[in-house]
Amino acid sequence: MNTQVFADIFTPPNVRYILIGLRTTLLISLATVAASVALGSVLALCRNYGRRFFSRIASIYIEVFRSTPLLLWILICVFMLPFGTYLFRGGLALTLYTSSVIAEIVRGGLNSIDKGQFEAARSQGFSFLQTLRYIVLPQCFMRIVPSLMSQIITTVKDTSFFAQFAIAEFFFNSKNLMGILSKNTVVSSAHIFVLYCFIALVYFVINFSLSCIVRKLAKNEQGLSLHPEQ
Amino acid sequence: MSSGPFALWRWGRLFKDFPGFLEGFKITLLVSILALLLALILGIIFGLFSTSNKKILRAIARVYVEIFQNTPLVVQVFFVYNALPYVGVTLDVFSIGMLCVGIYHGAYVSEVVRAGISSIARGQMEAAKSQGFSYLQAMRWIILPQTLTIVLPPLANQAVNLIKNTSVMALVAGGDLMYRADSWASNGTLSYGPAYIITGVMYFILCFPLVSWARRHELRIKNRGTGSGPGGPGLVVPAKAGTTDHIHQGAAL
Repeated sequence: MNTQVFADIFTPPNVRYILIGLRTTLLISLATVAASVALGSVLALCRNYGRRFFSRIASIYIEVFRSTPLLLWILICVFMLPFGTYLFRGGLALTLYTSSVIAEIVRGGLNSIDKGQFEAARSQGFSFLQTLRYIVLPQCFMRIVPSLMSQIITTVKDTSFFAQFAIAEFFFNSKNLMGILSKNTVVSSAHIFVLYCFIALVYFVINFSLSCIVRKLAKNEQGLSLHPEQ
Repeated sequence: MSSGPFALWRWGRLFKDFPGFLEGFKITLLVSILALLLALILGIIFGLFSTSNKKILRAIARVYVEIFQNTPLVVQVFFVYNALPYVGVTLDVFSIGMLCVGIYHGAYVSEVVRAGISSIARGQMEAAKSQGFSYLQAMRWIILPQTLTIVLPPLANQAVNLIKNTSVMALVAGGDLMYRADSWASNGTLSYGPAYIITGVMYFILCFPLVSWARRHELRIKNRGTGSGPGGPGLVVPAKAGTTDHIHQGAAL
């Protein structure tokens, strides 16, 4: 494998093209997780404390999305929604799906809060909503930060599905380089091999960096593990 | 209504072609079973490696887990499908799906096994050794049987994720349920509505029993107080970066 292969692939315009895709991937991931935290929190609160009707609706939503593949929801949104760009539709599918996972994470956080906190808050004259707003939810979110960070990693990986729907994220742009390359050079097996290794490496660097942060956070947050090291 | 996405004629067409869907369902089920077996084998091997006293084994397990958990399954599948033929390795799509999904989830299963073994009190291993058990005997007769009980709910959750992830085969024309549904729907009449509903129902039939069983079993363990001693809590697998499933933490937190 000679250096010419690298020189062919990583020209300044190609690198710029890859970086644009990478930026899209990261933006979609962050936007999706942010929207999913909002929707997932509502679902978790409904499931835990809502009236029976809302609790049922939240349960059904979570179970349906947990028991069906992400790809199915991307296909549904991309091919059946009558509005929005493919990027918006893909992002919506990912948000709907991720919300069900985050709802369970938030519910885990809520369940980890001691019941005595509610009673103490009530004895201090807090209403139920005030108790959630000022006492329960802040503690809950502090505890689930590592899991939410993990979800960002998962979402970064999940965006790679979009490459199949011509959504210009990192994987799509990187794969597209093959077509761009073939106009000027003879694409060899080495080109393809190097390109795929590069794609995997970039995902690895992003996710491994995030996972190191998650591990650090999880270590600091012993509340997540009921088996602290003895 | 006769031209809407859920028009009756579309459903009629779907039921006429339903055997094709069943064929896809069969392939999905077969790939899931084989990939799950592979994931369990790899998960147990690398889970044992990661709790070993030998640094080299722990390092091997770490590398495996980090590589496969931090890169997307879609990229892994395309790598095997597009790039490996150029180094002389050519596989059919069924094998690609089974191997990629199995190896990918093996990394997650190994983390579950590692957490399970770590949750068994260290004193048990020492007690076994004092009774003349070798490391392997202690693992075989004392540690692993206890671990298995604790890790069943997270393993069931992994199985659910694995079944769902077999849908990546559709991206390389794998002939699975998702691929059949999509190609059937795209074929001329654009009957996406019925195709996706039926596909969703079929995946739900596969996954939901496992999801609800895992939750019930988890609660049972929690109430019974399995784990590191009498009245101890059940297993809580620490949040692992990149895991697609934190669900098993839900009830246990």
